[in-house]
Formats: sequence, C-alpha cells, structure tokens
Amino acid sequence: MTTTAEPLADVTASGATLRRFLHGLPGVDQVGAEARAAGLATRSIKTSAKAFALDLAVRMVDLTTLEGQDTPGKVRALSAKGRQPDPTDPSCPPVAAICVYGDLVPVAVEALRGSGVHTAAVATAFPSGRAPLDVKLADVRASVDAGADEIDMVIDRGAFLAGRYLDVHDEIVATRAACGDAHLKVILETGELATYDNVRRASWLAMLAGADFIKTSTGKVSPAATLPVTLVMLEAVRDFRAATGRQVGVKAAGGIRNAKDAVRYLVVVNETCGDDWLSPDWFRFGASSLLNDLLMQRQKLATGRYAGPDYFTVD
Amino acid sequence: MGAFDYAPAPESRSIVDIAPSYGLFIAGEMVDPVDGAPFKTVNPATEEVLSEVAAAGPADVDRAVAAARSAYDTSWAAMPGRDRAKFLYRLARLVQERSRELAVLESIDNGKPIRESRDVDLPLVAAHLFHYAGWADKLGHAGLGPDPRPLGVAAQVIPWNFPLLMLAWKIAPALATGNTVVLKPAETTPLTALAFADICRQADLPPGVVNIVTGAGDTGRALVEHAGVDKVAFTGSTEVGRQIARSVAGTRKRVTLELGGKAANIVFDDAPLDQAVEGIVNGIFFNQGHVCCAGSRLLVQESVADDLLERLKRRLATLRLGDPLDKNTDIGAINSPEQLARIRELSAVGEQEGAERWSPACDLPDRGFWFPPTVFTGVTQAHRIAREEIFGPVLSVLTFRTPAEALEKANNTPYGLSAGVWTEKGSRILWMAQRLRAGVVWANTFNRFDPASPFGGYKESGYGREGGRHGLEAYLHA
Repeated sequence: MTTTAEPLADVTASGATLRRFLHGLPGVDQVGAEARAAGLATRSIKTSAKAFALDLAVRMVDLTTLEGQDTPGKVRALSAKGRQPDPTDPSCPPVAAICVYGDLVPVAVEALRGSGVHTAAVATAFPSGRAPLDVKLADVRASVDAGADEIDMVIDRGAFLAGRYLDVHDEIVATRAACGDAHLKVILETGELATYDNVRRASWLAMLAGADFIKTSTGKVSPAATLPVTLVMLEAVRDFRAATGRQVGVKAAGGIRNAKDAVRYLVVVNETCGDDWLSPDWFRFGASSLLNDLLMQRQKLATGRYAGPDYFTVD
Repeated sequence: MGAFDYAPAPESRSIVDIAPSYGLFIAGEMVDPVDGAPFKTVNPATEEVLSEVAAAGPADVDRAVAAARSAYDTSWAAMPGRDRAKFLYRLARLVQERSRELAVLESIDNGKPIRESRDVDLPLVAAHLFHYAGWADKLGHAGLGPDPRPLGVAAQVIPWNFPLLMLAWKIAPALATGNTVVLKPAETTPLTALAFADICRQADLPPGVVNIVTGAGDTGRALVEHAGVDKVAFTGSTEVGRQIARSVAGTRKRVTLELGGKAANIVFDDAPLDQAVEGIVNGIFFNQGHVCCAGSRLLVQESVADDLLERLKRRLATLRLGDPLDKNTDIGAINSPEQLARIRELSAVGEQEGAERWSPACDLPDRGFWFPPTVFTGVTQAHRIAREEIFGPVLSVLTFRTPAEALEKANNTPYGLSAGVWTEKGSRILWMAQRLRAGVVWANTFNRFDPASPFGGYKESGYGREGGRHGLEAYLHA
C-alpha cells in the first residue's frame, strides 16, 4: 500500500518541497470562512430531512470516554449504550464506534463483539503527543494488537508550528505503518493550530501522509471542533480527492453537544462535499453527551412529545 | 436530488395581514386618492394578486407635498434634535419588533428569499434608523458647520429591489436632519412602505413628516417635478436618473442619484479561492442579482481561471431556487415580467455574441417569474453582457493577466458604483482600491453594507452619498 497519493508523490520528497506545496495552497480568509459556516447554519432542517439527519448522526457518533477515571465498568456500560442507544426503540441504529484509551481496548473489543460497532483507541501519547516516537508507536501497536480497528493519533503540533512539516509527515507515515489494517484518524488539534491557513495545511499534510480520516480535536483543548474549522477540513478532503482520487474522512470532535449542532455539521458536509461523505465511513462525530440529545430529538420527532431526561440512559 | 433532501421549511405567512386595497399615506392618515386609478401588486413567485394600490395623481402629490411642508413648518424642523431622535429610535424599535412580519411581507411582494429579507434587509433597516437616530442631536459635530439647517421637503423615489431598506436609507437621514419627506415606493413593491406608514402612526410621528404616495413613473415624475419640493433623492436606473437630472436643472432643488452599476469582482491568483467563490455567489446571485452594486463582471486572473470556475460551478449546483418563503431558498423569483424579459433578452444577446452560457441543473416553478443562475464564460469587453447592466442572476466572466490589466478593464465602464478585490496581498488591495473608480471597493468580501459606511457612485452610477456622516450632507445646508 502506498502512503503518498501518486499524483503528488514528489511533494514529500524533501522538507523544502513539502513546505513549498503546503504554502502554495490557496489561503483561507477567516471572515469569509466563518460567514459561510454561519450562513449554512441557518438552514432549516425539518420533518423527513430531520429524521434522516438524526439517524445518520447517531450512526456517525464515536461514543467517547477519555478520562483518568475510566474503568472497565464504565467502558462496558458505554459499549452497551453504543450497541443499542435507545432500548425502547429497536429501529434506532447503533453508533459507529466506541473511543477509549489504549489500555481499555480489550474491554471494549469484548463488549462490542458481533455488534459491528468499531473500537477506536487514542494513541501516540494522546492528547499532547509529547513522547519519543518509539513510545508513540509502541502505544499504537499495543492498541492494534489488543484489537482496536481504529487509531486516533495526534500530530506533533510543536513540530508543525516550528515549520518542521516533514517531521510531522514522517511521524504520521510511521504511525500509519504501525496501524496495519486499522483505520488511522489524524487529530490536528485545530485549537492549537489557531489559523485556518494552518488547518488547511495540516489537513493536506495528514492526507499526504496516508490518513484515513482527519480529525479536528482531542477534546482536551478549547476551542475544539467548530463549524468553520470543519468546513475548511471538508474543503480539503474534497480538493484532495479531486487531485488524487483518494477519499479521506473527517471527524469533528469535542464541543458538539446537541442535535441542532450535529445537524448543522451534516448540512456543511452535504453542501461542501455532497452525498459521498454522508456516511459513517466518511464523517464522524467524536462526542459523549451528544448521543442522548440525538435520541431525545429522535423520539420527539416520532411521538410529537419530549420525554424527560430520565427516559434516556446515563452511562 | 441527493440523499440529504431538505424537506420544505416554509415561513408562515399568517403573520402578515394584507388589505384588499390601500390608499395613500398623507398627513398621518391613509386617504383615498382624488385623481388616481388603482393598480394591482402581485406576488412574483406565484403571480397571485396581493392587493390593489392607489396610483397617486398630481392632485394627490400636491396634497402630500403640502402636508410635508406644513409638518416641516409647524413641528419637525424646529424640533430639538434629541426629540427627533426619540421618534427615530421608536421607528427603529418598532421595525425590530415587527421584523418577522415585514420580512415575510417583503418576500411575498418582492420575491426575494426569506433568508435574505430576514437576515439582511430587516436588520439593516433597523440599523440605518438607529444610526441616524444617533446623529439627530449631533449635527453640529458632523463637520458641516456649527448648526447646519435642513433643506425642507424631500421627494424620495425608491426602487423595487430592496423596498424597505431603500426606504430606510432615504427616510432615516432626512428625518434626522429635520427634513420632511414624500416617498414613492416602486409600483411592483409598495406593500412594505405601506406597512411602514402604519409604523409611523404607531410611533406617533407628527402627521405629515412622512408621506407615502404609491404609483408608477407618472407619480414619480409629478413628485420630483413638484415646485414645492426642495430636495430630490432617487435610487433606480441611470436612464430615469438622467430624466430627473434634466427636470430639476435650473431649479433650487438639491439632487442625489444612486443609479446603475456593472461592478467588477476581481480575483487574483493568490486569492482565498473558496471564499472568493462565496463572494462571487454573494456578489451576483444575492437578491437574484437585483442589486445595483452587484458584482456582475467577474475578472479572474487567467492562471487560476479554470480552477476558480470549476469551484464556482460546483458551488452553484448547490443553490436552491424556489419558494421565497422557504427558509432554505437561496434564489427567489424575478421581481416582474418586464425585468424577466430584459434578463432573457440580454442573455440571448450574450449567446449570439459568442459567449458560452452555463446554468446548473435547476427546475423552475411553473408559475411566477423565474430565471436560473447563469454564468457566461469567454466574455470580452466588447460584449454587451460585459457592458450593460442586466440586473439579474447573470454573471459575465472575463480574464486578465496583470494587475494593471485588471484595473483597466474594471474601470472601463460608464458606471462606477462598486468593485471587489480578492487577494491575500494587502499592498495589492490598497493599490487597487486607490485606482478603482468605484464608490465602494470591497476587499475579500462583497455586498457588505453598514449604516456607518457611505455608499454612492462615480460616473454614471450617480452622485451624492448615502449612509454614515457623509449621508447627512445630502439633507443639510452646510
């Protein structure tokens, strides 16, 4: 398998060529990008369109717990929730994946067996990424060996901001290799990259290095996912496919807490990338509290009434 | 249609109450016309007749001007600025309170999408009223002398593209400076002006300070040529602007004209391309291109032309055309059959002249007046569609090689209302802005309006400025 998309193979030949390429990408005007995202956020999604969006959003959730206090019990509970988010409604689809720290991968794998729900593990010294490369790669291999089928890595933001793009690239390539068959999501931590120009460059850098997904945030830095950041990343995957033929997914993680916001993200996906990305294979939400609001809105749409929060499981 | 098919999301029209017929708003009352025949106003999206409106004749215009004169002499001009400000603040707040009703009414009568009337027109209407309310007691600090005096009675004739917004642009500075007004809305879009008449009554505005006479060109002519008028303010076509300039020549009347445009939207090779695409869309497809400052000529640097056009076409395929009251509609109806005929005619000319015509796949409703978003490529300066104002959703694309060539082509038009420059290079923005002969130059944006910013034209786009401190000058003896 090639890690670098063929038409752009020479881009990563050296630090200089990579830098030239990334800085040659069209700039992003902050005001314009935010205005576009705000404009799309005014779309009014009702009735059948809302039902479609809510179900799709449930299927796109990477149900996440990334706390120091995580235990096997917590991960088993979350896995049960992910398999069957709404026990009162068999038509409710399962989520896309359960996302945990590496040491809890065996618990999640066991709890999710046969459900089709993926096990995602954060790795590479998540969330800061500040560890020697061999430690990061060992972290990845341990999770993959334990059965994780998706790895969420963090890029070295320090190297990126220092302009050492090739170092960031090579680290992603090495992680990609360590993943084996597991899907690689590359977390850009856009809140630390600060500018949309950086977000666009980091997106291309990750895709050139073989990312299957590019992901906004760890959820540990504020701001996490925002609509305009996600818009810029969606433009990047759209343009990357046009240039190379390879499709890359996008994961918006952190800060998306209610169904209304999730639907706004889906509108941005729809009007930026179109149908091809409207699937859990190509777009994900990294979230925890979002799921219950999706379930509540889903039930409201079906019955016309809001059930109280006690009618939705807390896991 | 894709997988994510937006269900209809219509804004309810039950909030508006359209009377079967309307008279004229003179001296604080709705009155029947004495010498005018009624005419119908229709919903351009459905051709449904909305109401019958009076066409004011010369005797009605006489009455309106007399009422404005009387209000000027007896109450308004001598009123302290801070008291005039109270009325303007009240009007602004009432507009805000009734903004949903006014937005729906505007979309029904004009055909523009509710998204625009709700998110652009109405907020700007209130902002203009608030802005000039703030000036009313500070006229001595506007750089026009210690105590600048009002002109008297202002005759104001406004177009159909932004009916209520143009009303606010005209009425707010006139009232803040102590003038009284007789305003004529366009014949195809009188309803929001008549709703504003109701707001004037609600605000207890002294009778005669604002008078609204509906009608077509004859009414407008009678108004601007009336001997009792001290000031004429007109927004509309260059052709009518010329007639007005002729008719007031040699009189005491002061005139401001805001006329047509054929703005260049200039995209350099280092532009933020995705945002430039948004700016192009907003420049020419906002309000169906019924915008005097629309970016109807896209000048794109040849080295990025293919990339930009591909992005633009992909983006245009996502535009949603249809019911103006649907909250997801991007492109509404053409305002009138006459305007639709003009757009069709000039588009046909574009094809005959050899430009390549393109529109996204787009179903047009069966009833009403509709035109799909249209792009002409391979256009040159010699084509009529690069020179004449189409006033519709039609973009002409031209290319250039150097900044000097872009500048030369942009300025090579009899108009000069607006221009847009797209580049990440700040020095180039400044270089272009200093040389573009246009009243407004937008940098990395387009069609952005603010009440604090003056707006107006060079050359045949008119003279005088509206908005901001500059907008006061048109209504004061400095």
